[in-house]
Amino acid sequence: MGYWRLPLDSCEHFITVGKVNIIEYRCKGCGYCIEFCPKDVLEESTYFNEKGYHPPYVKIEGKCINCNFCETICPEFAIFCTELERREIKPEDIITEPEYRHRMRQRKKQD
Amino acid sequence: MKERLKQAPPKIPDEAKLSWKKGHGDHPLDRYLKEGRIPHIWCPGCGIGIAFTAFIKALEKAEFDQDKTVVVSGIGCSGRAAGYLNLDTYHTTHGRAIPFATGLKLAKPELKTVVFSGDGDLFAIGGNHIIHAARRNVDMTVICINNFNYGMTGGQGGPTTPVEARTTTTPYGCAEHPFNLIYLAKAAGAAYVARWTALHTHELRDSIVEAMSKTGFSFVEVITPCPTGYARRNRLGTGLEIMRFYKENSYITDILEPEDTALLFKGKIAVGKFVDIEKPTFMEMYREYIVQQAENSG
Ligand SMILES: Cc1ncc(C[n+]2csc(CCOP(=O)(O)OP(=O)(O)O)c2C)c(N)n1
Ligand code: SF4
Ligand code: SF4
Ligand code: SF4
Ligand SMILES: [Mg+2]
Repeated sequence: MGYWRLPLDSCEHFITVGKVNIIEYRCKGCGYCIEFCPKDVLEESTYFNEKGYHPPYVKIEGKCINCNFCETICPEFAIFCTELERREIKPEDIITEPEYRHRMRQRKKQD
Repeated sequence: MKERLKQAPPKIPDEAKLSWKKGHGDHPLDRYLKEGRIPHIWCPGCGIGIAFTAFIKALEKAEFDQDKTVVVSGIGCSGRAAGYLNLDTYHTTHGRAIPFATGLKLAKPELKTVVFSGDGDLFAIGGNHIIHAARRNVDMTVICINNFNYGMTGGQGGPTTPVEARTTTTPYGCAEHPFNLIYLAKAAGAAYVARWTALHTHELRDSIVEAMSKTGFSFVEVITPCPTGYARRNRLGTGLEIMRFYKENSYITDILEPEDTALLFKGKIAVGKFVDIEKPTFMEMYREYIVQQAENSG
């Protein structure tokens, strides 16, 4: 999650960090969780589970925002997320000006 | 062979006997599932599991009483849902989920009654029942899994198969006009009508909460991928490719009239809530007109 500026009431805002729990033996390898995770946290593994499918694994630890989308889209009850921590917004979470301008320029180009 | 039959059967260790129960409780939603029923029968990428999860999430979110919620299914892949739930459920004969649920509701009006079944079960063999339950405004929620074919029996065409679509019974492409379930439910008299795809998980969950909270006949259609039956014969690709198709081709609308929401083969998918009205239910009408008059006349 990114912020354009530090919100004035930043002490009331938190960034949630989620922990992804994957129940590998239940996975049927549909790939929905991998494709539709908004933070691109998951990736297909190369090993097989006992059913012969490739379950997902967490590609980058700490990036999950506990949005629960993977949990709602999994048809197999094979993945769920729990809240690991809620941390305050740090200066690193603020998207700095040049980057913002760059994005806006790109958006204009696309239009 | 004979020698072997004479021998005592091998002893099954206790853990092995329990292996069918393995892992129950590993997932927080397992408390809504009957022990030992997962994995379910649905194929990899089948959208029924997503709609099923959305229903469970709706129970969780609205905190509906598990002891006062009943689920009735008919026959088909979708109809298997009832058997997996740790609620009072009933798996009826083909097409008869609605009459069973109607009886249940009349006998025990305090129960939240949900029918979870397929397009074929509800609109082909059970078509007559659904229009009359909607007409009478029986207080129940119907969740219809629309995968455009009879998944369970090998992918035959049914009342929702779009013109041109290939199925085992329409090898040259379907040459029949399909039902538009949204329009049909509205015309029959439903008090609440919505449609979502398997990709709209959160909207679907919230819509199920709304439908279950509604007094009267509520209908939620869920467009789901059937990679094994419908998609294979129409070369629509894997479940993932169908979900990408939903992402690009579905649009949420609150201005379209139900008659304009027909689903064409490989066409755009209008989703959203299309009907939400108040009208007296079957039981209310019955009490007002029959019971009241009978009481008045002594
Ligand atoms: C009286 C009767 N007729 C026919 C059948 C065969 N049959 C089983 S499931 C089914 C169709 C199910 O289609 P649908 O409701 O769309 O469920 P899906 O499998 O697609 O989820 C049929 C015709 C049956 N079981 N009983
Ligand atoms: S909870 Fe959200 S961010 Fe975390 S892995 Fe699942 S889909 Fe991705
Ligand atoms: S959505 Fe579920 S079944 Fe599909 S790949 Fe992810 S964990 Fe496996
Ligand atoms: S046949 Fe189709 S509807 Fe039935 S479980 Fe398989 S994918 Fe799902
Ligand atoms: Mg079907």
